[in-house]
Amino acid sequence: MAGMVGSNQSNWPGECQRIADGIRRRTLAHSIVHGGYLSQACSSAEIFGLLYGHAMNLGPSQGPEIPPPYEGWVEKKDERVAGMIYNGGRSADTDRFFVSPTHYALVVYAALIEAGRMDEMALEQFNTDGSRVEMIGGERSPGHEVNGGSFGQAISQAAGVAWARKYRSDKGKVWVFLGDGELQEGQTWEAILSMGFHKLDNMIVVVDVNGQQVDGRTDDIMGIEPLIDKFTSFGAIAVKVDGHDVEALNISCETPHRDKPLVVLAYTCPYMGIPLLKERYPHLHYVRFRSEEERDRYKQALSEMPPNGEAA
Amino acid sequence: MKKERQVHRQALIEWGKKQPESVVLSGDLTASCEADGFEQAYPDRFINMGLMEQNMIGWAAGLAREGFVPLVHTFGVFMYRRALDQVEMSVAYADLPVRMFGFLPGVTTPGGPSHQATNDVAVLRSLPNMSIVEVGDATDIEELFSLAEDVPGPLYIRMIRGEISRIFPAGTPLKLNKARPLARGNDIVLLSSGVCTEEALRVMNLVRDAGLSVAHLHITTLKPFDDPLVIEAISAAQFGVVTMENHSEVGGLGSGVAELMVEHALGKRLIKISTGDRYLQGASTPYLMENYGIGAAKLVESFEVLCGQNLGISMEDLAAAEASEFSGANQLEAL
Repeated sequence: MAGMVGSNQSNWPGECQRIADGIRRRTLAHSIVHGGYLSQACSSAEIFGLLYGHAMNLGPSQGPEIPPPYEGWVEKKDERVAGMIYNGGRSADTDRFFVSPTHYALVVYAALIEAGRMDEMALEQFNTDGSRVEMIGGERSPGHEVNGGSFGQAISQAAGVAWARKYRSDKGKVWVFLGDGELQEGQTWEAILSMGFHKLDNMIVVVDVNGQQVDGRTDDIMGIEPLIDKFTSFGAIAVKVDGHDVEALNISCETPHRDKPLVVLAYTCPYMGIPLLKERYPHLHYVRFRSEEERDRYKQALSEMPPNGEAA
Repeated sequence: MKKERQVHRQALIEWGKKQPESVVLSGDLTASCEADGFEQAYPDRFINMGLMEQNMIGWAAGLAREGFVPLVHTFGVFMYRRALDQVEMSVAYADLPVRMFGFLPGVTTPGGPSHQATNDVAVLRSLPNMSIVEVGDATDIEELFSLAEDVPGPLYIRMIRGEISRIFPAGTPLKLNKARPLARGNDIVLLSSGVCTEEALRVMNLVRDAGLSVAHLHITTLKPFDDPLVIEAISAAQFGVVTMENHSEVGGLGSGVAELMVEHALGKRLIKISTGDRYLQGASTPYLMENYGIGAAKLVESFEVLCGQNLGISMEDLAAAEASEFSGANQLEAL
């Protein structure tokens, strides 16, 4: 069931792909009605599938299946429901997960649902008044531990957590999910430099290198390559992988990285699984449908996706 | 009230035509900040800096030192919070003519605390050399260029985007440190800024009908802040002053008015309507306005506290006021 450690599953790649397919299907279904951050789901579905389905050693969710309402103006400090409890909360032996580009919130929520950590009805609350299932997730939102919407900030916070966990000899790792646009932020590189210097080998950073940012292709806006060289020279072990191959992703995440943080550069396609999106390339950051005709074509695409619960 | 779309997008193209030395810098939010028209019209004067806000402010300072006028476009939080040291040391200290267009003030976005600029006025008011302007309607936005001509140093503009009401007739000039009068009165003076002015206008007719005489000034300049019109209006208000802003209660319009009142020995009651001393959450603008305390109902309540009587305005009246904005607009344009 939900939230159990995935490493003993016999068919874990199938399970991870099932989660990935579910992420795409739920995100597309939601976006058809409301519009949304759809390409982020296309690029990162297998990453989240692997992380929640196999790679991360999380405790069971401690969060309510349906997230309680959020009324920030009355909620007291001691009443706060932290988003991290959906990732199992704190324990010395289990892992922690930090989502940095929290514009991926819809993907995180879909992943929690597919991993059995949250009820599917929770998605009905997405970006509605008085809900913590916010469009851009914060530390109150399911699956989120810190505020990451201001880019490059989550990784530094995760590094602080990783240092503390090393100090305490915790066995659990610290995972960070990063977007490639964030690699333009100076703070990201300050974080990597400090993680290498402090030998934070309990950290694994997975980057969704989808080559996209709000204004278009990263290569056209502010190129970031060569990434392997950059991360390596800043003191990390960096590996490059096809971000849509869960087994290859897993091998990358298991790369030995003694005394150094590990950075997995998952190269992805921003319209993977929903080829229709390619029509809009390279303007994919937020999808709004322009006509009913266009919406209908996406509905058709949704009906052709792998059905719920069936591995690809 | 007439709504217009993408007012800044068009105004910025005009700006580029009038000022050949202007250069737009964007933090990977070009269409999001309505700067895409400028990019298309003057591609050689457009620089996309990607996600590098601190670096972008530094570039702007360098360009300004070389005689260009940088028009920096991103969300407000990514300048006054993320790049504050750069805004201070590279721009404000050097007193350079950098124009910072800070989008998504407070309740105007469902993007949550990471995207909502709730204390930008407070922070930037404390910077020497900095001028601060907040827009509340389409005419304010169109008149920014001529206002900026009067500002030799750095200027922060608290911007709104998308669908915007026109409160003031097109072409009404916007002057630095000069309030826009909306109504005369001597019981109470209301000083509102940004999107709060339109919210206030929803109920001003009801308040007038209830027999209360309220002077109403739309405040666009938040620094400098010593407009004689404001001081006079405060002096004339027998019951006191209400400020209404889409900003935290510390350091914004309300604080500026409080300082002004004390400095001019205007010993009256002041009620500050603000989003409070707290961060917001991701939700719609009407929801945030109501629940974080800057809605029309809060304004009526504040008037009642100051004048000491019940104005007899019901929730139904308030809801209906929302639906019939036109009469208010006609009356305003007659002013």
